[in-house]
Amino acid sequence: MAKILADKRIETKHGRSRPVAKRHMPWGTWALTLNAIFVYTFLYVPIIVLVLFSFNAAKVGSQWQGFTLQWYNELFADARLGDALWTSLKIAGSSTLIATTIGTLAALALEKRGWWGRKTFDTALYLPVIIPDVVMAVSLLGFFTLAFRQFQALIGLNLAMGLWTVIISHVAFNISFVTVVVGTSLANFDRRLEEAAADLGATPWQTFWRIKFPLIGPGVLGGALLSFTLSLDDFVVTFFTRGPGVNTLTTEVYGRIKKSISPEINAISSLMLLASTTLVVTSLWMQRRRQG
Amino acid sequence: MNTPTWAVELDHVTKEFRGSVAVRDISLKIADGEFFSLLGPSGCGKTTLLRMIAGFENPSSGDIYIEGVLMGETPANRRDVNTVFQSYALFPHMSVAENVAFGLHMKNINKADIATRVKQALDMVQLGAFGDRRPKQLSGGQQQRVALARALINEPEVLLLDEPLAALDLKLRKEMQLELKSIQQRLGITFIFVTHDQEEALTMSDRIAVMELGKVLQVGQPTEIYERPKTRFVADFIGECNFIDGTVLAVENGAVTLETDGGVRVVGTGMFPVAAGDHAVLAVRPEKVRLVEGQQPQGTNVFAAIVERVAYIGSDTRIIVRLPDGSPFDVWEANTVSTLDPNQYYTAGDPVYVTWATQNSLILER
Repeated sequence: MAKILADKRIETKHGRSRPVAKRHMPWGTWALTLNAIFVYTFLYVPIIVLVLFSFNAAKVGSQWQGFTLQWYNELFADARLGDALWTSLKIAGSSTLIATTIGTLAALALEKRGWWGRKTFDTALYLPVIIPDVVMAVSLLGFFTLAFRQFQALIGLNLAMGLWTVIISHVAFNISFVTVVVGTSLANFDRRLEEAAADLGATPWQTFWRIKFPLIGPGVLGGALLSFTLSLDDFVVTFFTRGPGVNTLTTEVYGRIKKSISPEINAISSLMLLASTTLVVTSLWMQRRRQG
Repeated sequence: MNTPTWAVELDHVTKEFRGSVAVRDISLKIADGEFFSLLGPSGCGKTTLLRMIAGFENPSSGDIYIEGVLMGETPANRRDVNTVFQSYALFPHMSVAENVAFGLHMKNINKADIATRVKQALDMVQLGAFGDRRPKQLSGGQQQRVALARALINEPEVLLLDEPLAALDLKLRKEMQLELKSIQQRLGITFIFVTHDQEEALTMSDRIAVMELGKVLQVGQPTEIYERPKTRFVADFIGECNFIDGTVLAVENGAVTLETDGGVRVVGTGMFPVAAGDHAVLAVRPEKVRLVEGQQPQGTNVFAAIVERVAYIGSDTRIIVRLPDGSPFDVWEANTVSTLDPNQYYTAGDPVYVTWATQNSLILER
């Protein structure tokens, strides 16, 4: 190092010479830069191609034959797709509502200090976040099959897979995400504000609704939006736990793709991409927004 | 009013947290309208004591009475006390006016009355124009005032203040000290003020309880605490103090003579019953010690010493001298004469005599 400093000197404006370190990029930095370029290429090129081809006039093949909105027009006229979208929204809406309620309550319980199972429960809640979708799906399917058999054997009740089993399954994985997000916003909540409210005469109930809930509200809303997005985007769990005739956007796309990749599929996918991105960005924004 | 009512009475209050004792068997009586300070280093239990009065913690044993009523496990929201928190704890999602109105809203007072009283409370703390702001938009000093208004608007019997001025800069702190004191006198509310700043406690309080390790060491008026400390800790914690350890040689009319290990004799006023042969310590405050140059003065408590360090701080000059046995000794001299003559100030190496009057030094338990 000292050698480099001594060897290379430049003249300054004032005519005095100063040592300069030789600038060169170590090979590690080159490798990392190259790697980063590859990562982003792999991530984004397929998506960009998908979006581009949803505007391609060619019905088949990978030739660019001019810009068109035809596929989007066909999309909006497609009744089957409309039904699938409606099913997706029903599942996402109801599972979000249930998961947000349960998840928020769970986060509030986990935040209370001094009960024995706190750490264990806290860790256990992360399981659905890290578990592979297919494992979650298979275990839910197994659970339903077992439960149905028990119901029939014990009380003679015949249950079957349907929309409701998908909703329950989505609730199952969404609870974790909601709890984690709400837990973060609870961690940022200043507990002294609760004491201040009690000191000023507020009952625990009033303290919760006037102080705590408004302050963790952005976290709850953020959790709900995330949950809605995850539900809307889910394919694997839905595919395994749906009953006959239940078709969401993702399962519909999968069904069509088995025949061929049509420009219409590209158009649906582009719209789903847009919707998910918007929801996730909104969710992050809600979580980050500070009160006051 | 034959029987005096106490704003707050603590009867053998103890608080333990998982085996460690934060407050040990404290009994105190705080009078109506009194400005009472709990003073001690951090971790002495003063904040825990305050939190028990507020109702955020319950005593492990002992009783707390507020205005003669036994509190037991009455929760904070049903006690007629309000707290000004160290961190202010203002509600960030509400305006200043909404923060101040919160306590009255909880009491279901009608809207028109609330509006009038909020305005009065904000005017009282000179924030009349700031009602629509968010707490975040205010300076630390202003937030402090909002916290004060938010507590006082409820007209509590007792106001609890947990180091409310700790976060303010020196000048603002001095201003707020005077303002708090004048508000307290005007409203006649009992203030219980927690602080670790002895000067703050001396300035504002009617009485002070000095605490250490969960215990109250001494309760008294500021002058009593400063001029007649009962223990070495109190003398040391409140202000500055020189200590000389020794063995009691003689006791005569309240004047106790100590002999140090080096054979030097000092005399002070006895503050606890002693007999010859007891170990004790002489305490003398630096501003009560005089330095003499030249001729050796007559009388008791005279030592030859060498000036070691001189710190000129404007109103006083603080001089550290070294006694013959090598121990340092603090002396403060008031700068009563305005001069630039260097001969009027001590410099390191000057030979001097250190002396103080018997009645200005106390003999305390070692």
